[in-house]
Order: sequence, then structure tokens, then C-alpha cells
Amino acid sequence: MRLKLLEQKIFRILMIGASCLVLGVLLMIVYALLRRGLPALSWEMITTVPGGGFYLGKEGGLLNAIVGSLMIMAGATILSLALSVPVVMFLNLYLDKTSRLAYLVRLSFDVLLGVPSIVYGAFGFMVMVFLGLRASLTGGMIVVSLLIFPIMARAMDEVAAMFPKEMKEATLSLGATKFEMVRVVLRQIAPGIATACLLSVGRAIGDAAAVLFTAGYTDSIPTSPGQPAATLPLAIFFQLSSPVPQVQDRAYAAALILTIIVLVLSVLSRWFAHKYQKNKVS
Amino acid sequence: MNRTSVRVFLSRAAGGYMFLATMLALMLLLVIASGLFVKAYPILKQSSLWSLLTGAVWAPIRGFFGFLPFISGTLWVTGIAIVLALPVSLLTGIYLSEYAPSSVRKIAFSALDILSGIPPVVYGAWGVLVVVPFIAEWVAPYFVEYSSGYSVLSAGIVLGIMIIPLLVSLFGEVFSTVPKEIRDSALSLGATSWQTTKKVVLKSSLPGIFAATVLAISRALGETIAVLMVCGNVVQIPASLLDAGYPLPALIANNYGEMASLPGYEAALMLAALILLGIVIVFNTLSRILLLRIGRKYALQP
Amino acid sequence: MIATSLSSVLLREEVSAPLELLHAPNMDAATLKVRNLNVHIGEQSILRDVHVHIPSHKITCIIGPSGCGKSTLLKTFNRLLETQPGARITGELLLNGENIYREGVEVIDVRKRMGLLSQRPCPLPMSVYENIAFGCRLHGTRGRRKVMRKVVHYLQATGLWDEVRDRLHTPASRLSIGQQQRLCLARGLAVEPEIILADEATSALDPISSRIIEDLFLRLRQQYTIIMVTHTLSQAVRIADHVIFMYLGRVVEEGPASEVLHHPKHKLTQEYLSGSFS
Ligand SMILES: Nc1ncnc2c1ncn2[C@@H]1O[C@H](COP(=O)(O)OP(=O)(O)OP(=O)(O)O)[C@@H](O)[C@H]1O
Ligand SMILES: [Mg+2]
Repeated sequence: MRLKLLEQKIFRILMIGASCLVLGVLLMIVYALLRRGLPALSWEMITTVPGGGFYLGKEGGLLNAIVGSLMIMAGATILSLALSVPVVMFLNLYLDKTSRLAYLVRLSFDVLLGVPSIVYGAFGFMVMVFLGLRASLTGGMIVVSLLIFPIMARAMDEVAAMFPKEMKEATLSLGATKFEMVRVVLRQIAPGIATACLLSVGRAIGDAAAVLFTAGYTDSIPTSPGQPAATLPLAIFFQLSSPVPQVQDRAYAAALILTIIVLVLSVLSRWFAHKYQKNKVS
Repeated sequence: MNRTSVRVFLSRAAGGYMFLATMLALMLLLVIASGLFVKAYPILKQSSLWSLLTGAVWAPIRGFFGFLPFISGTLWVTGIAIVLALPVSLLTGIYLSEYAPSSVRKIAFSALDILSGIPPVVYGAWGVLVVVPFIAEWVAPYFVEYSSGYSVLSAGIVLGIMIIPLLVSLFGEVFSTVPKEIRDSALSLGATSWQTTKKVVLKSSLPGIFAATVLAISRALGETIAVLMVCGNVVQIPASLLDAGYPLPALIANNYGEMASLPGYEAALMLAALILLGIVIVFNTLSRILLLRIGRKYALQP
Repeated sequence: MIATSLSSVLLREEVSAPLELLHAPNMDAATLKVRNLNVHIGEQSILRDVHVHIPSHKITCIIGPSGCGKSTLLKTFNRLLETQPGARITGELLLNGENIYREGVEVIDVRKRMGLLSQRPCPLPMSVYENIAFGCRLHGTRGRRKVMRKVVHYLQATGLWDEVRDRLHTPASRLSIGQQQRLCLARGLAVEPEIILADEATSALDPISSRIIEDLFLRLRQQYTIIMVTHTLSQAVRIADHVIFMYLGRVVEEGPASEVLHHPKHKLTQEYLSGSFS
């Protein structure tokens, strides 16, 4: 009996230790980022594009990467919405709950969700080479939209599945067709769609592997869809490989900016999800 | 046509369009796989898949494409990551779902949320800043004469931290499937709470733990940028934890620029992507089926 | 905002126009005859050999113990049941002599001709105004002015206008449950049906709100055929003209309210009415 109690005690300590370790690691990461990145963070960094000699530590900022990332995210979100909304509506309005096809499609979402972003990147690059396209804003948008499609579709499918049966019957009773019902469903799950978008953007904005070959990199802000675009993750990656300490510092500052953007997105999506729970018409 | 038939037609047409979109989504995986296969075909025609997978020599200029260094690099890094992350996640998962007071749980889940949200490139940057010097200065000197710190161990540590949030949340789901009555009855039989956890909760969720681990492995296998930044990228079969390695995703990422220049190079890289895709699909499907079988809705984890 | 200003214009004009201005139902219309109706869901038989005749411009109450198939019968009337996976429906349902299950009949037309009011009010996730306008627009009412006129009209018809005239553009889910149910009724009426189907439409409401709905039904009877399911016998006594008593998927007794409720012929009906089972 005493042995049992001892075992219990040991494991309790181990469990608390493990939890503290996880928390500690987070604190370590945050501390390291702040210590190295905060001093290099300046207004100039987020309001100017790289000047001459930027990569040797001279003046300039990362506006190109910030704007590039935002542009790619916006484009990818729109593209991905354009595909996932019809798919989710088809799954939930036109197919039965027991449909084989629906099961297969949902399974494929799950598998797509697990496909590494580098594979999307490689595939995208291959297609672009095949079509004779350069690395560009458009290329980045398309590949990132592929990357976020399963995330978005799955999240949206989950809220669409909760569309109340009574509301479906009420809508049909008015003599609406399935297609006319789409409007009602979209209204009802609008907050869920917003959450799905924020969730996928938060995931995609930090992904470097997908944009590495498809979006390219440039020091200026792209003015047409055919031009290459810089992205924050790549800005971090490239600057970190520089031997110049100031440039490396800026990489950490950029990492800080990226982390803040991602966290804000995550908090927003959580807030939306929470609000949605409260205001749901049932 | 009257109004009604127009509306019915519109609804049908929209349905057709949506069906096409759905088919497109369904085909996506197939298209990716077959596209990669077509591109990888030239090299598969030259030599057998087996000899490619087991070949140790990687010399694109001379036309040697042996993937063994990269496969072993991937295995090392993923293996280390799982070995490090599994016990920590399991203990944390048990603690959070069985013992922790709700205030602690709240803090811990927020922390895990943040951890899972941090972009890979930031993990990589942190690895370069903290883990690599730590290995080089504090760990390596005890074992080898010199190590830069860029090693499979560093990569494994960084990757291990990255998959902890996924593991903990999956474990939490798995444990929550164990009915409360079973726990209560074990407790009322005089078992200590740890005894109950070990004999009842852990035992009955073993398949779930296994499935969650497989899912985490498949996620870890494909991680690119964070690993690439700290693993050293030396084409060799790592012989120890402190050796540099070169996992498959890093191979693809590092060599894109020059890939068109050599015959067979592009095919080799596409084959690498195809191998990665194949492993991930198999692992993913396996764990999904397992998780579904134990009646769980998998966690929504990006 | 435009809609609001329009509504104030309309207020001064002719909002109090009688119902007939907007909708003049055919006085002979809206009889419903059910012949040999059988419903199965999966392997289970839910309705068996149902024959009923529902007279026009009357309130027909369907009563019977829980689970006897009242809701199912109502849903076969507007062909909502066929959206249920595994549902099989055989038999004839004649709306003004025309079988609505006949090949070539458009479901959406059938549904438009029957307004369904469910047990729990279910406003659509839109504003009060949009809730009514949605149905109007589906069936071809175009133009803000026309839509607004209908919205105002049916809100008045259901006695809701004075309560919501300042909140036309707030979400419908903010109304009280009783108001929501009247909104649902207005929404249903706005697509100009011939028959109103109400499935325990007052059971979620407080006594005052249910009285309001009952009174509405009594007034609407002049223009519509009303079929309602109720569990409250006193309600049936108050408003029914015609009564159908169901038991285990069969229609046991059917006839004028005075006969079925006060002089039931069948033993099961007598037992049900005397409260031997619920
Ligand atoms: N989807 C379904 N699958 C199988 N059986 C069903 C389904 N829907 C209803 N039923 C069965 O059909 C029978 C009639 O159901 P219905 O809802 O019409 O009863 P009801 O008379 O409206 O009852 P209540 O007064 O409780 O509302 C019940 O026995 C019910 O179990
Ligand atoms: Mg019912």
C-alpha cells in the first residue's frame, strides 16, 4: 500500500513537472523572442520597404513582406472560400447525412489536412513550371488557397452540420428551393465562416514552405498579380541566414511581428466562436 | 418557362455546379499524387524504387540518387521528436484531463493554444537562437570533440515542442471518451487515483493513444522550415544524435532553385515529395480510421 | 433605412387596406382529400390507410396521443416528409382534386400553397422585415415598395405591426417567443398559401399569446383552410370545426367537431377524450 502511494506521489510530481515544462518552454520562446526581437523592432520596420544595403544592416523595413503576406492571405482566403462554400453547401444541403459521397469527401478533407505544406508547394511549383509561370503573387495565392482549403472546409462543415433541422423545414415550407436555402444557411453560419477563415489564415500566414517557390521574394510591394511577392516567414528565414548581426536581429523582430499577427488572429477567431455560441438562433 | 420551372432549373444548375466543385475537391488529392508521379516517373524508369530508397549515395551530378540519407534523416528527427514529446504530452494530458483544477487547466490550454499557433519559422528561429547554441556549448562537449549544434538532436527538440500541443489535445479527447462511471467504480473499490488512471483510463485508451501518436508522427514527418533551419543539412546517414542530418522536406526545400539544371534532379525531388505524401496519407488514414473506430470525433487541429 | 422611411409613407397611405387587396383566395379552393395514404420510414410503418377529407374554410383539429403520427401526417400534406431519409409515401393527396404527389407537380409549388407553423417558432436568421420579405421575394414579389406593403400588411394581419414597427430591422430572434410565433405566421401568410398547417403552434407559448394565435386562426378561417395539431383538448373545443382523431398511425374517427368531441362513436375516442390515456 505504501508503495502504491509512493508511486502515486512520484507520478503526480512527474505530471506537474511535465505541465510546467510545457509552460516553461512557451515562456522561454516568448522571452527569447522579446529579448532579441524587441530592441530591433521599430516604427521604421513596419512602415518602410527595404532600402539600399538593407541586408547589410542599413536602413529600411519589412513593409514589403507584411503587405505581401496580407495580400497572399486575402487572395488565398477568397479563392479558398470560392471553393469551400459550394462544397460545404453541397455536402449539407444536397446530400443526405448518410451519403457515401459525403463520407468520402470528408475523409479526403482529413487526409488533405495532413498533407505537408512542402508537398503543396512542390506540386504548385510543378504546375507553375508546366504552365510557364514565374513565382508570383498569383502563384502564392493559389498554393496557399490549396493549403487552407481543407482547414476551412472542415471548420465550415462542422458549423453547417449544426444548421437546425427546424430552420431547414421552416425554409422549405416557404417553398424555397435548396439553392434558395443556401442564403439562409449562410446567414446562420456566417460567424462560423468568419471563424473558419481566421483559423485558416492564422495557420497559413506563418507557413513558409508553401510560398517558398511559388510566391518568390522581392524588396518592393507588388503592384500586379504577376509580380513576385515577399512574405513574412521568408523574410525571417532569409534574414536569419545572413551573417550580419543587425540583420539577424531584424529577423527576430520580424518573428515577433509574425507571432503577434498570428496570436491576434487566433484570439479573434476564438472570440468569434464564443460570440457565435451565445447568439446562435436555434 | 414559368417562374417555378426557372427556380427549379436554377436550383438544379447550382447543384450541378456545387457537385463539380465537390468533385474537384475530391480529385485534389488524386491530382497532386498523379502529378507528382508523372514528374517522378523518369527516375523510377531508370532505377527501381527499392534501389532508390536504399541507395546511400546522393550525387546528382553523376546521376546517383540514393534517398537513404534523407529517409534516415527524417526518421532520426521524427523519432527523437516523438520520444521527447510523447512522455511529456502524455503526462500533461493525463494531468490536465484527470487531476488539474479548472484554473490550471484554463492557463495550460491557453498556453497550448499559443504554442500551436506559433508559426514554424518562428520555432526555427528560436531553435537557431537557443537550442543550437545550447547543444553546441552544453551538451556536445561531453560526447564529441566538436559539434556546431546543428544536428538531428536540435531538430528533434524543436519538432518535439511543435507537436506537443497536437498530442496533448488529442490525448485529452481520447481520455474524455472513458466513461466517468468506470473511474468511479475503480475508485470505490479502493484504488488510489493514480491506480485508477493507470489501470482504467490509460489501459482503455491505449488504441486512442496509439492513433494520436501516429497522427502526430505524420504531422511531424512533413514539417519543413523549422527542421531545415536547425538540422544542419549535411547529406549523410546520421550515426548519432549530434550528427547533422538532412530530412526529406528539407531536401525538397533547399534544392528547388537548381532543380531544372540537372537531368533527373527534378524527378528525384518530385519523388521525394511523392514519398512524403505516400507516408503521410498512409499514416493519416490509419490513425483516422483508428480514431473513428473508438468512436471519437477527431480534434480540429490545423 | 429606406425600408423604414417607406413604411412611414405607407402608414399614411393605405396600410389598413383589407386583406383582399393583396390576396383574394378562391372561395371554392383549398379542400384536401387524402386517399389510402401509407407512410413508412425505413422498415417502420408510421401511417396506415389514412382516409380523410378536410373541408375548406374550416379549422380542422388533429388530436391523438403522442407518437400517433399527427406531425407526420401534417408533413405529408406539404411534402416536407420526403426530405427525411428513408421515407416512403404511397397513396393520394388531392388538393382541390389534384394529386400533389403526382409526377410532374413541383414540390415548391405545393409547399407554397401550404404554410407550415411549427411547434417552436423558428425565425430565420435575419431581421423582422427580411423574415417576411424573404418568402415574398421567392414567389415573385419584386420592388421595395411592393415588398414593404406586404410586410406591413401581414404584420398587421397578425397583430404584430404595432409591436415591431420600430424594430423592423432588428434580428427576429430578439422578439419574444409569442411575437416570434406570430412573425412565423405572418411569414407563412406572406407567401399567400391556401392552407395553413399548424403543428402544436401554441404549445410553446404562454396562455395570452396562445389566445392571440387562436383568435387569429378564427379570423383567418374566412380566407384559409386551417389544419392544426393540438394536444390541448380545450383548445380544440374552442376553435375546431372539424376533428380528426388518430391512434397508432390510423385515423380512428373523423367528423364535425360537435360530433367527434361531444358524441364520439368510437371507443378509443371516448377513452382519449375522457382522459383515460394521454
Ligand atoms: N425519422 C423517423 N424515423 C423513424 N421513426 C420516426 C421518425 N420520425 C417519426 N417517427 C415515428 O413516427 C411516429 C409518429 O411520429 P409523429 O412525430 O408524427 O408523432 P406525433 O403524433 O406528432 O407525436 P407528438 O404528439 O408527440 O408530437 C412515432 O412513433 C415516431 O417514433
Ligand atoms: Mg408532433
